[in-house]
Amino acid sequence: MNSEQQLNKMRAALVDHKRPPHPSGFTTSLAFAWRALLKIKYVPEQLLDVTFFPVMFTLMFTYLFGGALAGSTADYLQFLIPGILVQTVVFTTVYTGVSLNEDISKGTFDRFRSMPIWGPSPLVGALLADTVRYTLASIIVIILGLILGFRPAGGVLGVVAGIMLVLIFSFSLSWVFTMLGLILQTAKAVMGISMTLLFPVTFASNIFVDPATMPGWLRAFVNINPVSILTTSLRQLMGGQVNWMQIIWVLIVSAVLILIFAPVTMYLYRNKR
Amino acid sequence: MENVMNQKDQPLAIEAVDLVKRFGKHRAVDGINLAIPQGTVYGFLGPNGAGKTTTMKMLATLLKPDGGTAKIFGHDLFKEQDAVRACVSLTGQFASVDEDLSGTENLMLIARLMGYTRSDSKDRAAELLDAFDLQDAAKRQVKKYSGGMRRRLDIAASMVVRPKLLFLDEPTTGLDPRSRNQIWDIVRALVSTGTTVLLTTQYLDEADQLADRIAVIDHGKIIAKGTSSELKASVGTGILHVRLIDAAARAEAQQLLSTTLGTPVHLSSDPSALSAQLSDTDHAAKALTMLSDHQIRVSEFSLGQPSLDEVFLTLTGKPAEDSPQKEGALE
Repeated sequence: MNSEQQLNKMRAALVDHKRPPHPSGFTTSLAFAWRALLKIKYVPEQLLDVTFFPVMFTLMFTYLFGGALAGSTADYLQFLIPGILVQTVVFTTVYTGVSLNEDISKGTFDRFRSMPIWGPSPLVGALLADTVRYTLASIIVIILGLILGFRPAGGVLGVVAGIMLVLIFSFSLSWVFTMLGLILQTAKAVMGISMTLLFPVTFASNIFVDPATMPGWLRAFVNINPVSILTTSLRQLMGGQVNWMQIIWVLIVSAVLILIFAPVTMYLYRNKR
Repeated sequence: MENVMNQKDQPLAIEAVDLVKRFGKHRAVDGINLAIPQGTVYGFLGPNGAGKTTTMKMLATLLKPDGGTAKIFGHDLFKEQDAVRACVSLTGQFASVDEDLSGTENLMLIARLMGYTRSDSKDRAAELLDAFDLQDAAKRQVKKYSGGMRRRLDIAASMVVRPKLLFLDEPTTGLDPRSRNQIWDIVRALVSTGTTVLLTTQYLDEADQLADRIAVIDHGKIIAKGTSSELKASVGTGILHVRLIDAAARAEAQQLLSTTLGTPVHLSSDPSALSAQLSDTDHAAKALTMLSDHQIRVSEFSLGQPSLDEVFLTLTGKPAEDSPQKEGALE
């Protein structure tokens, strides 16, 4: 290293190269998405939450409660699969906040923030990579459902449209957890608070049961819960119906989530010390 | 105005006036002025929590100052953030590379972010890994690198597109002497290609070795600045260290030296050694002659410039020791 030869090599590598043109925000976001996906290569265990958990939940709910809730497990599957898909993906969004928090606590983000790139691209890139994880989780749930006896009347098109809708909603929702990832000190705290928020939102919904038997006050909440609206849209799409009003509501909720939480997150990100 | 005068002499890389950063009631940076000429190495020297890193983070657009103004290569730090970011690069105190990725992947990521195409970024990564003697570790995850390798990769990442100004935050903290020398060689090579370097350090000899000019920082303020020799001169021209063959003669020697030199003579912890500050190096010979005239035999003697440790002691009234527990809270 100290040899003259090595130093000359270094000087040669450092003389002015032609500087490439500034990349677009889209290119830099994709570069960050590539970074996040590389991490899966090194730590495949992090896919456990999108593979093992959906399988466990689906099996548990189908065979533990299916018979009691819907008369037979086969009938319950038709009702449950779109819902369990929503639940799985919504829970996966938490890991976006957790991994961002871990990332920022190391020095890497200081470098990114001092680079001449589109400011939000590290966050957008991470969220794009997470969409890959969400897609993977969705595919696993659908395949498992098909094996168990789920027969969507909407066919391939209905299922794909349903997955797309879940992805849009989850991308929007993950900004909430990205924000928490920036506010809270430790990854553990992010996990704890996010789960505390998500449990009532996913269970007090129509994912597992029809709200008809619930007390009035709870039914009122369940009916306006965005997770219920999304689940209903999914059931309809996969069941072969297209209810535009429901779909538009999901898109409105998604847009509102982004409009509120993306700017707040970006503000926190820029001013993080 | 010092800044205006400097600007006439030499174009400035950094010009800061009265920078202030408060964290709650604590003034982490308390009115710092800088005029750093292009192509030089400027050293921030000070203990942990002195405000070195905070100042650097403000100049790298990572922290918003609470007061003052600054220009980086003539670009206003607040109004022209993108232009500033295009000039600078930062290597952090805690290596700012991604531990989970390999060396190649880290450099490719930075190259992609700088606008290189996929295949060009691969070539540039390979070239830099080779230049920084990391070619054998190219495919290894950075978490398996040694401290010195990590630092070299960190600097290489900053050099994907050579910045006009490089911030090096404590580049050798925690490194063994050999890795430290490697980093010093790298910094010298960078400067020879025209990059301006602002480095922070707690090591006095590091500032002495690398920096053209040094600012000594304590409690968010610059308490002294100048070249290393200027700072040393402000303390005195030198120190005479003497070691006697017979420890019993030390008291007599102390008296002789202090009357000859007219300055206080310190007794070292070594029972046969003593040292004295000199107002003029010519007096050293006179002092040694005086000892031999009185049959006090000397086993060794040395005449040295005061170390920056002594400079720090003189300037702050306390040794350049750090208080690590403050670091997390302040920086």
